[in-house]
Amino acid sequence: MTPRLDWRVSKVVDVRDETPRARTLVLEVPEWPGHRAGQHVDIRLVAEDGYQAQRSYSIASAPENPSVELTIERLAEGEVSPYLSDVLRPGDGLEVRGPIGGYFVWSTAQAGPLLLVAGGSGIVPLMAMLRHRTRADETRRAETPTRLLYSARTWDDVIYKEELKQLGADAEVHLTLTRDAPADWNGFRRRVDRAMLQEVGWPASELPNVYVCGPTPFTESVATLLVELGHAPAMVRTERFGPTG
Amino acid sequence: MPEQPFIARGFHRRRSGGSERQLPPGQYETRDFPVLSAGPTPHTPLADWDFTILDEAGKSVRWSWDELQSLPRETPTVDIHCVTKWSKFGTRWEGVSVDTLVAMARENGLDDGEFVLALAEGGYTTNLPAADVTGGKAWIAFAFDGKPLAPEHGGPARLLVPHLYFWKSAKWVRGLRFMQHDRPGFWEQLGYHNRGDPWREQRYQGDP
Amino acid sequence: MRLDGNAAGGMLRDLFTLDATTADATCAGCGGVRPIGALPAYASDMGIILRCPSCDVAILRVARTPGRLRVDFSGVSFLTIPE
Repeated sequence: MTPRLDWRVSKVVDVRDETPRARTLVLEVPEWPGHRAGQHVDIRLVAEDGYQAQRSYSIASAPENPSVELTIERLAEGEVSPYLSDVLRPGDGLEVRGPIGGYFVWSTAQAGPLLLVAGGSGIVPLMAMLRHRTRADETRRAETPTRLLYSARTWDDVIYKEELKQLGADAEVHLTLTRDAPADWNGFRRRVDRAMLQEVGWPASELPNVYVCGPTPFTESVATLLVELGHAPAMVRTERFGPTG
Repeated sequence: MPEQPFIARGFHRRRSGGSERQLPPGQYETRDFPVLSAGPTPHTPLADWDFTILDEAGKSVRWSWDELQSLPRETPTVDIHCVTKWSKFGTRWEGVSVDTLVAMARENGLDDGEFVLALAEGGYTTNLPAADVTGGKAWIAFAFDGKPLAPEHGGPARLLVPHLYFWKSAKWVRGLRFMQHDRPGFWEQLGYHNRGDPWREQRYQGDP
Repeated sequence: MRLDGNAAGGMLRDLFTLDATTADATCAGCGGVRPIGALPAYASDMGIILRCPSCDVAILRVARTPGRLRVDFSGVSFLTIPE
């Protein structure tokens, strides 16, 4: 039996700007039991007048990393993300509860091809999976050939650019920019559609493990297309994000 | 005994412009119109839409969309209060007063009851005292802010009972059933209050 | 806000000592079987409603009110929890 999840006060030890609108928080969580790639934490903010807000954020860091990293996308109209992006600083405390979720998880122990499809900030839990895979030995990596399709609005919105470039040596990374692309852009320039999934994804006959994460309409549309392309629904795992506000 | 909660340094609720209006206890003002839903947004064609009042004996009166539109309408401007603590001032609606419909139901021989159960698409229900939907306090509303009510806000028509917490203003309403005895609806079964007066802070079952 | 059962994971951990998001829920409406994490969820500060994507029946309803968590299981005919 696993214990009840309790709220713990973590310490912010570092912050890293990833893009103009995304920032990574590095947290030290006391008695952290470790997590699996794909899991999330709930965070809770309590104001002096007792007002409370709670949100869920996927863990961006690999399970092998002792710190817990969260990548936050700042929504201008949000209540929580502006606080996490603009106000929170190293030395502050942040209440977290987790890790949560056993459905949307992957590890290199699941041999077989891996297909990851990310919409916007949906890249975060998939990044934890990619980081976990990078730290595995050569045999495990060979047993889990990996393809990533990442949809973002503009080049400025692409998170983890440098790391994705390096990952390209050991995994196929495809980007599509849906709103605006630089003049010399070689990648896709449209929303993820059936033809794109057919072109860059594994065929269903390879029986890949598939993980799709992003805003609800994106995730549902991609999952539907993958099932239409022949992937078994049980092989396509989804995590729908709301506006992270 | 609960411990002192950890206070997040520098965190506060999102504030909109200051307001002189009266807020019920525990509420804060918003200029947005948040959408809370318990299920998918229905899309019933108006040709298939109807509104029914029923009594416990099984008698009923039914209005089609066109019939509802032909009834006298009102344009209430009201403050609304959500149990999740946001309040919105001065919202403008258009609709038919529930009094108009209840009067027609009585003319047709229906018995009222002490309570009503509002019936909406997808099986959503909410219960409230009948006295809270009569006497000029409730409408079947089909326009908001001068425009037809949007589906995510309950269009084509929703119940509007602004003096109670807004979950009582059932979106996608299709009927009212009179009851002699109170029966908890969708959220009330899960612990929310049978009446829901924001000025008495009747949020949850057991609140006085 | 429309999410999925993963978002209910934290609340459900207060109820179950095992992770509920991997449990398979059998819909009492149509008999369809799906992991809780994959179910469409309608979430707000009032509570979370998990619905069957085939027949829209509310499979699980959870509301947190002061001092208690109330769960309506009547939409689940079976819950199969992997150990």
